[in-house]
Formats: sequence, C-alpha cells, structure tokens
Amino acid sequence: MDLASAKMIGAGLACIALVGAGIGIGNVFAALINALARNPAAQVTPFAFLGFALAEATGLFGLAIAFLILFVF
Amino acid sequence: MALELHPLEQFVIKPIVPLHIGKLDISFTNSALLMTIAVLLATAVVVIGTRREELVPSRIQSLGELAYEFIGNMIDETVGTDGQRYFPFVFTLFMFILFGNVLGLIPFGYTFTGQLIVTFAMAAVVFVGVTLIGIWRHGWRFLSFFVPHGVPIVLLLLLVPIELLSYLIRPFTLSIRLFANMLAGHTMLAIFGGFAASIGILGLLPLGLDVLIFFLELLVAVLQAYVFTILTCLYLNDAINLH
Repeated sequence: MDLASAKMIGAGLACIALVGAGIGIGNVFAALINALARNPAAQVTPFAFLGFALAEATGLFGLAIAFLILFVF
Repeated sequence: MALELHPLEQFVIKPIVPLHIGKLDISFTNSALLMTIAVLLATAVVVIGTRREELVPSRIQSLGELAYEFIGNMIDETVGTDGQRYFPFVFTLFMFILFGNVLGLIPFGYTFTGQLIVTFAMAAVVFVGVTLIGIWRHGWRFLSFFVPHGVPIVLLLLLVPIELLSYLIRPFTLSIRLFANMLAGHTMLAIFGGFAASIGILGLLPLGLDVLIFFLELLVAVLQAYVFTILTCLYLNDAINLH
C-alpha cells in the first residue's frame, strides 16, 4: 500500500472519534430537554452548553488528527 | 481524486514588518497584528463603555457591563467572593480569547487562537499561576489536594498517581481544546469553500452549508471563550478551596 492511500484510510479511521462526540452531544441535549420538561424553572442551560462544548471538543480532537494526517504529514 | 485544496493555508504566519535581532526573528506578523487589534478592541469596549455612565446604557456601555457582570457572576458562582481578587486576570483572558475567536471569523483575517503555541502559553500561565496560588495559600497542605478523602490506604497507591496525572495534564487539555476547535472549524469552512469553488453551479449546495457552519462557528467561538474561562475559574476554585 502506498503512502497516499494509507493517509486516506488513516484520516477516515480518525473520524470514528466523531461517533463518541455524537453520542455525547445527543446525551447532553436529551438530558437538558428532560430536565426542562420536568422542571421548566431549572437553571441548567448554561451547564448544558458547557457539557456540549466539552463533548464536542473530544470529537474535534479526532477531526484535528484527520486533518493533520491529510495535510501536514 | 486529488482536490487542489489548501485548507491549512489560512494558518500560515506571514511577516508584515520583518525584524531580526541576530538570529532571533521578532517580525511583526499577521498573528501579532490580530492580537493587537483584539487587545485594542477589548480595551475600547470597556474604556469607551464606561466613559459616560448613564442610567439607561448606550449599546457599547451595555456590552461592557454585560461582559463585566458575566465574568463577575461566573467567579462568584464557581470560586466564591474570595475569587474576586483574580477578576482582572480572568476578565482579560476572557476578552482576549473572545475577540481573538470572533475576529478570526472575518474573511481574510487570521485566527491566532488556532495556533497551539498561543493557547498553550495562555493555559501554561493559568496552570502555573493556579498552582502557585494554591501553594501560597495552603503551603504543604496543598498536597492534600491529590489525596481523596475517605479512601483505604491501599487504594491511595493507585489513586494518588491518577489524581497527579489528571492535574498535570490540565494545561494540555485546556490548550488543545481551544486550538482544536478553532483549527477544525476554520479548516472545515475552507474545505467546504473549496468544494463550492470547484464544482460549478452545484457548488451552491456546499456554499449554503458553509453559511450554516459559519453560524455554528460563531456559537463555538463564543462558547470556547466561555469554556476556557470557566475551566480557569474551576481550577482556581480547586486551588483556593481545595475540594
């Protein structure tokens, strides 16, 4: 296998990290809707966005690796 | 299929005013220019906003007050009133990152928060500062931070190294989170822009997607400034109140 195809496959594999980010973000907002439906006065939205940002960042680590494989090396 | 895309070209540092002292390159670059603009704008919002204090605030005054109260409340909620002493540092950090992130979204601009060394320098300052504050306030008792309460001695052999590792890894996660968000977002914008340019009339589709991603990136830019700041506050809370 030559280097170019190996890079493509590697970048594709790195994007699997996005599965976790998707599950995480889905969980965060599911929990937010749950909380707001049970108690509309709950002040939890800022925490939900904090959780969203933290969960999204883990997926972006994978995406950054994919970009590094494709464009830097 | 090889697309002629250079999505990482936007992160290249170009010197504007070349300056060399011996082998040291201290040129005024596009990154430095954007940093200067960010500092000037952040200063202008606060200084002009508070020049004429009116009961019914003007737009710029309410912007400055909003940012001030936002950070003030954040410190109150996470650290407590004890943390207000560090308000100037946290506020400066927040405004610098916020303006850096948002200015980077202007086309043909430059995102200095998309450089790992910039975010790492900020995270390292936070890490070293917080550690010194902890040692200064608690002395040797600061080490009890790494020992969880009510745990059997045998388990401590395992838990203390883990706590220590998770403490030492903080500057890296803090800096890479901001850097990766900016890098990935801007690269994604550039890639979709490249698609739009290369496939003719069908390119309207990725162009429309690019517009939507731009709004997401605007959210992310503000959110990541918030996350960086609130994590700084949480670390400060650990150092001041020790769990």
